[in-house]
Amino acid sequence: MTQKIIVQGKVTGKVLKSNQPINFLGTIDKKTGEIIDKKHDLYGKTIKDSILIFPNGIGSSVGAYTIYSIKSNNVSPLAMACQKVDLTVASGCALANIPLFILEPDEYDKIKDGDEISLG
Amino acid sequence: MELTREEEKSLNGEHGESLQTAYRILSAVGEATDAERLVPIHWAHVSGVNYNTIGDAGEEFLANLSKNAKFKVLTTVNPMGYDKDSVEKFGLDENFIQKQESIRKSYTKMGMTASFSCIPYEIYDLPREDTQVSFAESNAAIYANSIGHLKTNKESAFSALASAITGKSPYSDLRKDDSPNMSISMKVQDPNELTFGLLGYFAGKVADKSVAISGVKNLDKRCNKSLCASMGTSGSCGKFVLDDNSNASEKVDFDEKEMQNVFDELNTADSGDLITLGSPQLGLEEMTDLAAMLKGRSFKKRCLIFCPRAIQEQARSLGYAGQLESAGCELLSDCCTCLTPLVTKKDVDSVTTNSIKGAYYFKNSNGLDVNLKPLSEIVSDETS
Repeated sequence: MTQKIIVQGKVTGKVLKSNQPINFLGTIDKKTGEIIDKKHDLYGKTIKDSILIFPNGIGSSVGAYTIYSIKSNNVSPLAMACQKVDLTVASGCALANIPLFILEPDEYDKIKDGDEISLG
Repeated sequence: MELTREEEKSLNGEHGESLQTAYRILSAVGEATDAERLVPIHWAHVSGVNYNTIGDAGEEFLANLSKNAKFKVLTTVNPMGYDKDSVEKFGLDENFIQKQESIRKSYTKMGMTASFSCIPYEIYDLPREDTQVSFAESNAAIYANSIGHLKTNKESAFSALASAITGKSPYSDLRKDDSPNMSISMKVQDPNELTFGLLGYFAGKVADKSVAISGVKNLDKRCNKSLCASMGTSGSCGKFVLDDNSNASEKVDFDEKEMQNVFDELNTADSGDLITLGSPQLGLEEMTDLAAMLKGRSFKKRCLIFCPRAIQEQARSLGYAGQLESAGCELLSDCCTCLTPLVTKKDVDSVTTNSIKGAYYFKNSNGLDVNLKPLSEIVSDETS
């Protein structure tokens, strides 16, 4: 189901899926892992221990530090999977050692929020 | 991505932990962007300097990295959290200052050039055309590719840091010559810098790697910077070209309706308790321009102007800094609007600015309302 592995790892968990891109800086509270952008479709939810699935990362280059911080603060997702991976998400996950995948388009569409899946 | 034997050794840790970390980052980025190899870069500009954005985990990471990492190429740095000259006016706590100083120390140890600026392209001479650089600050990356005739990916804080340490970057995305597959037709009449900020925010949302813009001629500095900064905020697009004859397959219009939609997303107040100018920081041209606009006038509210240290010094020796201060402006260097710890809900509810990027982060990170206006209106409405 994965088209490409960007950061290796094996995980099983519950999907938290967003239809919107994520700017990690300003969208996620790095201490709690909560989505704090009121305009985001995951507003109020926490990414902790989920398999976070979203189209792609956008915006600030410093979002990579947010990804590193959520891992250091033990509120990171188990893994992330995207349609396409930007440099911020790739480098943040690489440093934080959060498994990161690019999914096949059909698979990406099929996976629903709340599904239990395995990756890697 | 193919690595040379030496690069492979570094990735396996044979040349120490910091190089291994750097190559791990470059490898992931190379895979994600389908790069076939690494290429040398000649200038890195790193983000991740403001304690307010990188926090304790970032501060500790840099302290640890700086124990043995050294920058291999010219490495300039983004703004930090405050201006040391005026920090006592803003009531930051001791912990913030201590952590910020630790971050400064780590970058110094690794060999930074202490620019503390998001507009390195206005402080340093640009290298010759097509030089490969690694700029993390998104407005600077877009400016470098679109106006500066340089080549950079829209780097992340870590990918630019890895480039600074290795002198290399994946040969991907925007480092190659490709033509945009999306073209935006600018239809709004009599645009100012705010219009171009709104256009950039729209473009970032609809375009992928690069975008063509038709119907626009010769942008001035302020409009160019506004366009670069807002485009970098809303998307992953890292380059624009002004082109009326693009053969892009997808074409969209940016007219009054599209502009209003973006405006309504970011503008949440009719007035502000405080005015901020910057994000990106102001260059000398904008400072002299503003000094002329303010001749004989004075701000009725607090107005913070963010500019690089080098620019403030130039403006001071030329007399413009004094003129701006006489008109009630406070000049702040080494820091910027974006994720500033200096403007908080404790003191104000809303901010007036002409910066789309500033507006986005004031709203999302500082939790403040924003009143968006072009500079000409800020001057006419807020001074007497």
